[in-house]
Amino acid sequence: MSGRGRGHGAVGRAAGRVDSLGQVTGRTIYADDLMLPRTVTAKLLRSPHAHARIVKVDTTAAAAHPGVHAVLVGTDLPIKYGILPVSQDENALAIEKVRYVGEPVAAVAAADPETADEALALIEVEYEALPDVTSIEEALDPSHPLIHGEGTGANVDRETSLEFGDVKEGFAQADHIQEDTYFFQGNTHAALEPHATVASMGDDGRLTVWSSTQVPHYLHRILAKVLELPAGQIRVIATAVGGGFGGKTDIFSHEIVAARLARTVGRPVKITLTREDVFYAHRGRHPVLMKVRTGFTTEGRITAMSFRSYLDGGAYGSYGAASLLYTGQLQTTTYSIPRYQFQGVRVFTNKPPCGPKRGHGTPQGRFAIEAHLDRAAEALGIDPVALRRRNLVEPFSHTVNHLRITSCGLAECLDRVTEASSFDDKHTSLPAGRGIGVAVGAYLSGAGFPIYFNDMPQSEVMLKVDRGGGVTVFSMAADCGQGSTTMLATVVAEVLGLEPGDLSVVTADTDLTPIDLGSYSSRVTFMAGNAALEAAQRLLEEVLEAVAAELGVDTDLLSAEDGSIIVDDNPDKGVTWTEAVQLAMAQSGALVTSGSYKTPEGISGRYRGAGVGPTPAYSYTACVAEVTCDPDTGFVTVDQVWLAHDIGKALNPLLAEGQIEGSVHMALGEVLMEEQAFLRNGLHRGPSLLDYKIPTILEMPPVESFIIETDDPEGPFGAKEVGQGALLPVIPAVVNAVHDALGIRIDETPVRPDTVVTALADLAKGGSGRVGPTSLPDHEFPPLYRVEPPANSPGAAS
Amino acid sequence: MMRLPKLAVSSPESIEEAAGLLAELGDRAVVLSGGTDLIPNLKRHQLTVDTVVLLGRIDDLEGIRVEDDAVHIGARTTLRAIVDSELVPPVVARAAGEVASPTIQNQGTIGGNLCVDTRCFWLNVTDLWRQAAEPCLKADGDTCWVAPAKQHCWAVSSSDLAPVLVALDSSVTLVGSGGTRTMPLADLYVDDGIAYLTKSPDEIITAVTIPIDRGLDVTYHKLRRRGSVDFPILGVAAAVRRDDAGVCTEARIVLGAVASAPLRAVEAEAALVGEPFGAASIAAAAEAARKLARPLYNTDLTSRYRKRMVPVFVRRALEELAAR
Repeated sequence: MSGRGRGHGAVGRAAGRVDSLGQVTGRTIYADDLMLPRTVTAKLLRSPHAHARIVKVDTTAAAAHPGVHAVLVGTDLPIKYGILPVSQDENALAIEKVRYVGEPVAAVAAADPETADEALALIEVEYEALPDVTSIEEALDPSHPLIHGEGTGANVDRETSLEFGDVKEGFAQADHIQEDTYFFQGNTHAALEPHATVASMGDDGRLTVWSSTQVPHYLHRILAKVLELPAGQIRVIATAVGGGFGGKTDIFSHEIVAARLARTVGRPVKITLTREDVFYAHRGRHPVLMKVRTGFTTEGRITAMSFRSYLDGGAYGSYGAASLLYTGQLQTTTYSIPRYQFQGVRVFTNKPPCGPKRGHGTPQGRFAIEAHLDRAAEALGIDPVALRRRNLVEPFSHTVNHLRITSCGLAECLDRVTEASSFDDKHTSLPAGRGIGVAVGAYLSGAGFPIYFNDMPQSEVMLKVDRGGGVTVFSMAADCGQGSTTMLATVVAEVLGLEPGDLSVVTADTDLTPIDLGSYSSRVTFMAGNAALEAAQRLLEEVLEAVAAELGVDTDLLSAEDGSIIVDDNPDKGVTWTEAVQLAMAQSGALVTSGSYKTPEGISGRYRGAGVGPTPAYSYTACVAEVTCDPDTGFVTVDQVWLAHDIGKALNPLLAEGQIEGSVHMALGEVLMEEQAFLRNGLHRGPSLLDYKIPTILEMPPVESFIIETDDPEGPFGAKEVGQGALLPVIPAVVNAVHDALGIRIDETPVRPDTVVTALADLAKGGSGRVGPTSLPDHEFPPLYRVEPPANSPGAAS
Repeated sequence: MMRLPKLAVSSPESIEEAAGLLAELGDRAVVLSGGTDLIPNLKRHQLTVDTVVLLGRIDDLEGIRVEDDAVHIGARTTLRAIVDSELVPPVVARAAGEVASPTIQNQGTIGGNLCVDTRCFWLNVTDLWRQAAEPCLKADGDTCWVAPAKQHCWAVSSSDLAPVLVALDSSVTLVGSGGTRTMPLADLYVDDGIAYLTKSPDEIITAVTIPIDRGLDVTYHKLRRRGSVDFPILGVAAAVRRDDAGVCTEARIVLGAVASAPLRAVEAEAALVGEPFGAASIAAAAEAARKLARPLYNTDLTSRYRKRMVPVFVRRALEELAAR
C-alpha cells in the first residue's frame, strides 16, 4: 500500500528540520519564554541535608512577607507519585524526611524572583540530621539506616535474578573463562535548557500546564492523580524542549508545584530551574558496579555469560526498576549467547535520583562487556574484531532471554567501521601512545510495553485537511530536539506527495492531540511514524477514491506526486492536491483520518522482568575510535571516530547524522570527563557547567558516520531508531583504544588524566596497569529464576 | 537563573573620585570592570557589598602603548585587545588567549585577571551548597574544609596572566586615596586565600608595565581539563636568559594555581643559573619545582596529580625555550 504514495522523495532526503528557522533565529518559544499577564514567580526551598527528619516547617514569616502570594509545604501535596506504577515513592515537596541535598521542601509564589528569594529565606525548617548513605557498599550494609522506612537495613530498591538455560553447563563447555569487574560513573544530561513550567487556571476553571517535558501524557496522568482532578480538567502542553536526552522524561517537583500554586493563587505561575537545580533534579545515568564472567571455546565462541550489576539509584525509584533490567537484558541482542545469567540490584542512596539518560541503563553494561570482550580476545589470542564476528547475533532470531530480533545490520556496521579506519592494520601496530579500539551495541526502537499496563495503542496520529489543501498532523509526540516533528511531516508528506515543509504539525497538547506516550526509549520514529503512515495512507485512500470517481478511472491507476494526483500513463488527466481534497470533501464530508500503532505480540518472554528489553526492532551500531595519549600527563585525545548505525532506513539522513554526531559528543563526555560526583555528606562535587566538564568543540574529533539501511519489515518505510544506540559503543571503543595505546586497563569511567597517570605508574612498577573496582559488595541475590530458552534461539535445545 | 543582589551603581569620572568612593564605602563597595569574575561571585553571595564602582567613564584606563622600553597596558584593557595586540610580548598575548573562553576574553580585563578572586570548590558554590557544607573560612565560617586542621585559607590563585607577568618582571600602578604608587607585580600577591592581595581596598590598579627585554625567552604552559573555558589548575611561566655559550644567566620560573599566590620557584631558578641550559639543568629545575608545589584538593583533578604535573610542565616549558 505504501507504494501507492510514491511521493517525490521526502523520505530519504537530507533536509533541514521543518522547525529549524525559529530555533536558529532565537524565535522558538520555550517554557521560560512564556509571558502570561499577571504571572507570578515560584521558587523551591531545597534541603541542605542529605538525610534528615523534618521536625518542623514554619512558613509564617514567609507567608506574611509583602509580595508573597502563597507558600506550600509537603503536606499540601500529600499524594505520592512516581513515573512507574511500581515506584510511587515521591512527594512533590518532602514530608517527614529529606533524602538528598537539594530535595524540594517548600515552595513560594511571589510577585517577582527577588521577593521569592527573600521569602524562601524566611521559611524556617527544623531538621534532625540522620546518618547518610552515599555509596553502593553502604547501601547494602544492613547496619545503615533505611532511606525509605524506619530503622536500619539494606537499602535495596529492586533486584533481579534470572537464569536462561543451564548456565553451569554452559561454563562447563568453556575452554577459557574470562572474569572482570567494572565501574561506570554516574553522569547527567546537562541539556542547554533548564527545566521550566508555567501553569495557569483558565476562565473556564480548567488548569493548563506548559512544561519543558518529553512526556506530556505521563505528566497529565500524574497531575490528575496528585491534584485529585479529573484528567479532563487539565490540559498539558509540552513546549519546545531545549534538549532532553531523557532528562525531561520524569515528573518533577516543580511541575506539580507550579500547577498547585496556580490553583491556589489564581494567577499564572512560572518556575524555572537554575542550573544547580537541574543537577539536583537529575534522573541521569546510574553509577553501576558490574561483574562479567564469560566462557569461551578455544575458537572464541561464547558458551555462557553471567552478568551482575549493582546500581546506585539515588534517593527515589524513578525509572530505576527499568534501568536495572536494562543494564543486563540487551547483552544478548548483539552476541549469540546460548546460556545467560543476570543478577542485579538497585539501591537507594542519599543523592539525587538517577533515571534514564540516552541509552537508558544499557551504556553501563555495554561498556563492561565490550571492554571484557577485548580482554578475552587478548587472552584467546584472537583479534577483537574476529572474536566479535564469531559471536554475532543472527537476524530474525530470538535471544536466549526471549527477545525477538528482526533486521540486523551489525555485521555490516562492523565491516564498514573497521575498513574505513584500517583497524586491522592499526590495532596493536600504532606507535607508542597511539591506539585504536572497537566496540558494538544495540538499542531499542521504542520500549515494547508502555510504562503503565494497558491494551491501547502506544501512539496515534490524526490528520485533518483544510479546503485549501493544507494538511495538519496532530500527534502528542514531544520533539525534544531529535526531530520528531520533522519526522511526522516527512512520513505524511511522502505518502501524500507533498513537501514536509507544507504541512502543519500540531504536537504535544493533551487537548488537541491524540496519544503518544512520549519521547523516550527511541520510540517516536517507529511508533508515531507508523501511526502517521497509517493515517496518511487512509487519507490518501479517501482522496483517491473521490478522484477516481470523478475521473472515471480505477484508483489503482492514481498516484500522489508533487502536489497532484496523477493518472499513471496519462499525465494530462490529473488533478491538483487541492482539487482532489475538495472532491473528497464533497463526496464524504470532513476529511479527517487517524492511524495508530501497537507493538506486535510475541516480542518478549513471559517471565518477571521480561517486559524490559523487548522492542519491535533493534538498531545496531559499531564504532572504532583512534586516540593519542600523552603518557606524561595522562591526557587522552580522541583523533577520530568512525561510527556505523543500522537504523533500518534514514528518513532524513541529515538529521540521522546529527543524531550520530551528537551521540559521539555525549559519549566522549561520559568516557573522558563527565561525572555526577559527590563529596562527603552527599554534597555534589560541583553543580555548575564550569565544574561539570563537558567536552567543548575543541575536544570534538572528526566523526565519519555510516548509515546502514536494513529496511526493517515493521518500521515506517523500514526505519528503526537513531540517536541512542549510537552512543553505546563509543565509550568502550575509547577505553579499548586507550589500552591499545598504553597497555593499561581503565576499568572505570571517566578515563581522567589522573586515572591514566595512576595506571601508568602502576605499570611502570611492574603492576598490571589496571585501575578499577577491586571488590564487590557483600550481597546475597534472590535465588535464580530459571527460564528455558525459546526455539530459534542460540540456547535452544538441539 | 541566579539573581544579582540589589546593588547601587556608582560611575565616577576620575580615578581619584573612584578611590575616594572606595575609601568612603570600605568593604561595602567593590570595583566592577569586566565583571566576568565578580558577577558570578556576587550571584553566589561570595561577597556582600551594596555598591559597585564602575570604571567606564574614567579616561586613560584602556589601551596599550610602548614607551621607555616598556609596554604599558591600561587596567581596563580587555583580554581580547591583548590577544590581538602586536605590541605586547607574544607570551602575554598567548596567556591572555588561554584565559577562560573567547567570550570571556571579550569582556574580561587585564586588571580583573590580575585581581581575580582565589578559587576553591568549597567556596565557588551557592548559598544552599555552602549551607549544606557549613560555610568555609573564606565564606566567614570557622573551618577551611580543604585542610581543617589549620586556620588558613588555601583557595587557589587562578590568574593566567599573573605568573607570566611576574616572570616578565612587570610592575603595577595603583591609585588610592593616598596617592599613586608603582610596585613590582610580584609584591601584589600574598599566599593567603583570603587576603591574597597587598593593595588596600581603596586602591585601584590603573596600569601594568612590562619591560621590553628581547634577550629573555619566555613561555607559559597551562594545565586544565579542556582546551577552553577552564581556569588553570597549574600554570608554569618560565623566563630564561642565556649567554652566547648557552649558559643560563638568569631565570624566573613562576607557578600559578598551586597556591594562593603566584609562586616563584627560586630553587628551580637556581638550578638553571650558571649551568648550560639543557637536559641536566632542566631536570634539576623540574625536580626543585616539584618539591616547592603543594597543591591541595580544592580544584579540578586530584592534588596528587597536580603535584605530579609540576615537574612535567616545568620541564616542557623549559624544553620549549631550549629548542628556540
